[in-house]
Amino acid sequence: MERSSDGRVDAVKGQVMHKISNALRNFSAGRHLLIGVPYLWFLLLALVPLLIVLKISLSEMEVTSVSSMISWRQGWPTLKLNFSSYLFISSDALYVQTYLSSLKYALLTTLICLAIGYPFSYFMARSAKHLQPTLLMLIMLPFWTSFLLRIYAWKMLLVNNGVINNVLMSIGMIDAPLEMMNTPFSLMVGMVYSYLPFMILPLYANLSKLDLRYLEAAADLGANPFKTFWLITVPLSKAGIIAGAMLVFIPALGEYVIPELLGGPNTLMIGRVLWDEFFSNNDWPMASAVAVLMVLLIMLPMAIYNKYQSEQSGLNS
Amino acid sequence: MNSNMIKWCSRSWMFAVYFFLYMPIVTLVIYSFNDSQLVTVWSYASMRWYAVLMQDSDLIAAVVLSLKIASFSAIISVFFGILTAFALNRYKRFFGRMLLSSMASAPLVMPDVIVGLSLLLMLVSMQHWLGYPERGLLTILLGHALLGTAYATVVVTSRLREMDGQLDEAAMDLGCHPWQVFSLVTLPLLLPALVSAFLLTFTLSFDDVVLSSFLSGPGYSTLPMVIFSRARLGLNPSINAVATVTIAIVTIAVIASSFYSAQQERRRKREQAQAYSDANT
Repeated sequence: MERSSDGRVDAVKGQVMHKISNALRNFSAGRHLLIGVPYLWFLLLALVPLLIVLKISLSEMEVTSVSSMISWRQGWPTLKLNFSSYLFISSDALYVQTYLSSLKYALLTTLICLAIGYPFSYFMARSAKHLQPTLLMLIMLPFWTSFLLRIYAWKMLLVNNGVINNVLMSIGMIDAPLEMMNTPFSLMVGMVYSYLPFMILPLYANLSKLDLRYLEAAADLGANPFKTFWLITVPLSKAGIIAGAMLVFIPALGEYVIPELLGGPNTLMIGRVLWDEFFSNNDWPMASAVAVLMVLLIMLPMAIYNKYQSEQSGLNS
Repeated sequence: MNSNMIKWCSRSWMFAVYFFLYMPIVTLVIYSFNDSQLVTVWSYASMRWYAVLMQDSDLIAAVVLSLKIASFSAIISVFFGILTAFALNRYKRFFGRMLLSSMASAPLVMPDVIVGLSLLLMLVSMQHWLGYPERGLLTILLGHALLGTAYATVVVTSRLREMDGQLDEAAMDLGCHPWQVFSLVTLPLLLPALVSAFLLTFTLSFDDVVLSSFLSGPGYSTLPMVIFSRARLGLNPSINAVATVTIAIVTIAVIASSFYSAQQERRRKREQAQAYSDANT
């Protein structure tokens, strides 16, 4: 009796163990879990919130919440879309101007970063091989100190009684302090300062791989250094230029902290408008509509970049 | 133009860029030792503002909150980063793979204000339907973990691409269970990438001001939020002191880690040379 019950327990145990090991061996369960868990994570935190923004942008602000999108009419659900936020944005001169000036500042930041960063990356790629890791680390090091503190540092330098004005006045170069703070100039300084490493890193990665024999060949064939640079080096580093431009342009377009701390009240940027609509005006549909239009604005250069990349990989294969 | 002149030009250009990058940081540190109440008017050197810092309870509470959030966020980000990177790297074909990879890179390209706004609006509607969660530590953590997962995925993916699958296959041939393959072969090989993903996501969280401002509730201010609200009002000597302390910590950590990795590299080379000479004798 005792033996048989033991035997039965053993049999059940055996079955369970067999099932567990089967399940473990059968990795397709693991496959589902491995794909399913991150899927759920991003679905809930990345996709659903964006859809909610889209939904709210098509609603109207009511007293404490937004109007619901679906209303019941005679037992049938009817979709109620409200385009008033979009209509307001497209007809209001201030909003249009804000989008345009954001584009202008982002583009200007990208061009200045390219103008400073390209020669720098070129020289860095040509410097002694054993120095390059150190030079690269020195570019990345400021990343590890808080972005906010570095922007604050510029505020300290640029204000009317700031460090730069004090130094210039004490050596007698100027009599009255220069108005640098809260102008497009201070905004540009902060933006270029923050995003320059994003331009330098991909450019350096590209330029350090440049085959020097091309340059020698061009020189042998009688091209002067400038012509070689313009006709050989620049076209070969196109991928690096585009990658760097994307890394600078896209975050610059939606920047909030830099214009808020350095730009003063007159520099219009979309990030700030979104923030103000949400926090000061409490207008959620408007803030959402601003966000949706900002996403569309970002998707355009992204699409061009993706197309370029797929063309490149098509060429390589 | 002779080569000397080109050299001179390139050196001065590089020097100018490094000067541009480091001058603000150095100025920030120097003026933290300024005794004057006016940040930019030098009176004499003192540690006055560090003493003030010790008594600044708002700031200390903010540091503690930021450290908590950053550590949790880094752990969660690395965990989900590994899962996402494996899912995308191991399985080349599954339903909605494209969607997963674009969702995983969306937080990298979306401006922070949009990520913050969208998460907040989702949390508000969640609270409306479920009565949970209250805005505070948890909601800030969720936002940072989302951003961190996207970055961790990039770091882990790039390491996974470099690793060849042969070692995994060899382990499987030798009778390892998939879980053993992962814990004994893949994970140790991934470790450097995991460490850098942890450090990166920790820093991202410790630095973030926009997401935190959207997602935090009353009574929960992270360190960047406190710094931002003070910096908006004007110059404040306490910020200089905080900056100097964080810069000192970061510099020590970066130097220590670069020494450590150089040492590891030397050891690896020595062991490799030893193995070769052993094999040849």
